[in-house]
Amino acid sequence: MSKALYSFFLAFFFLASAFPAFAEPTQLGDLIIETPWARASIGMSRPAAAYVTIRNEGQTTDILTGIETTVSAMPEVHRMEMKNGVASMGPAGPVEIPANGSVKLAPGGLHVMLMKLQQPLRKGDQFSMTLIFKDAGRVDISVPIYSVGASGPEE
Amino acid sequence: MKTVHLILWGAIAAGLVLFLWLNIFQDASHLIEDNSSQNTAVAFTPTFSLTDQSGNAVTEQTYRGKWLLVFFGFTNCPDICPTTLADLASVMEQLGADAKAIKPLFISVDPDRDQLETMAEYVSAFHPAIVGLTGTGPQIAETAGSFKAYFEKQPHESAPDGYTMGHTSAVYLVSPDGAFVRTYSYGTPPEEIVTDLRQKL
Repeated sequence: MSKALYSFFLAFFFLASAFPAFAEPTQLGDLIIETPWARASIGMSRPAAAYVTIRNEGQTTDILTGIETTVSAMPEVHRMEMKNGVASMGPAGPVEIPANGSVKLAPGGLHVMLMKLQQPLRKGDQFSMTLIFKDAGRVDISVPIYSVGASGPEE
Repeated sequence: MKTVHLILWGAIAAGLVLFLWLNIFQDASHLIEDNSSQNTAVAFTPTFSLTDQSGNAVTEQTYRGKWLLVFFGFTNCPDICPTTLADLASVMEQLGADAKAIKPLFISVDPDRDQLETMAEYVSAFHPAIVGLTGTGPQIAETAGSFKAYFEKQPHESAPDGYTMGHTSAVYLVSPDGAFVRTYSYGTPPEEIVTDLRQKL
């Protein structure tokens, strides 16, 4: 490969990484935290929900043990369960992230329930959220807020 | 060597049986799911007497002449209720001019917390056409009963006010003459609902 072509590609990749189309994944050891998002809240009196995908590229299972964020005085992972068409919701407890596997928090399954909101979540804003893992430790991510009717991470 | 062969053939046979069983089982569970989401065989006419988010007393008669998309939920529900209401909003947008024939109703199963102002604030965030209905405890129970819908209060220490609601997650379709037509199970893509509605309109 010619030197000019080489530097062209180098420049291209440098620029591409400097202007990501959407939020960059965050890495913590073997864990990769991808596409966090939340829905805008309607005021502050009702809980909101946030979602994220966690990939584990390591050889051992890790466990998501807790969530911290200043926007909620009581953030907790909850699970929606469907039984004979009836939806129920409750605390999910510690969430295992299997080795070479991934866990997706998404509507209709697991979600971070943001209870006791300390501020309204406004479309277009971002907020900081800390995920706490048993082995990997803590990682801060920035969660973009989409519309109240969003059904997935928009670009 | 012979034993090794025997064990290998045994493993292959067991694998085949497991494979077939899993396929049959999955097919069967799919059929059951389809049945519950279509349910066209049972005819009934749901009735209700509730209050809309503007404070008007309404009954099933109020909406005769419109196709109803009815969803039971509660405003403290952060996951499937916003998802479903957003889907219904999307259905209304996609239908364009045909949306005039449809009335989406969001009926609260949590009347203690879902007062009129709460309902108004909540439904209007999704789509101007969505009507939020609430009422007294007995009114809600009668409504759910007439739709053959299920809900229950579930105590949860960590939930706001110490409880959450379990509820039927499907969207009911009611015809302009008030008869139950079918349900759309949770997560049915809005496009599918639109296609189905266009065939019926």
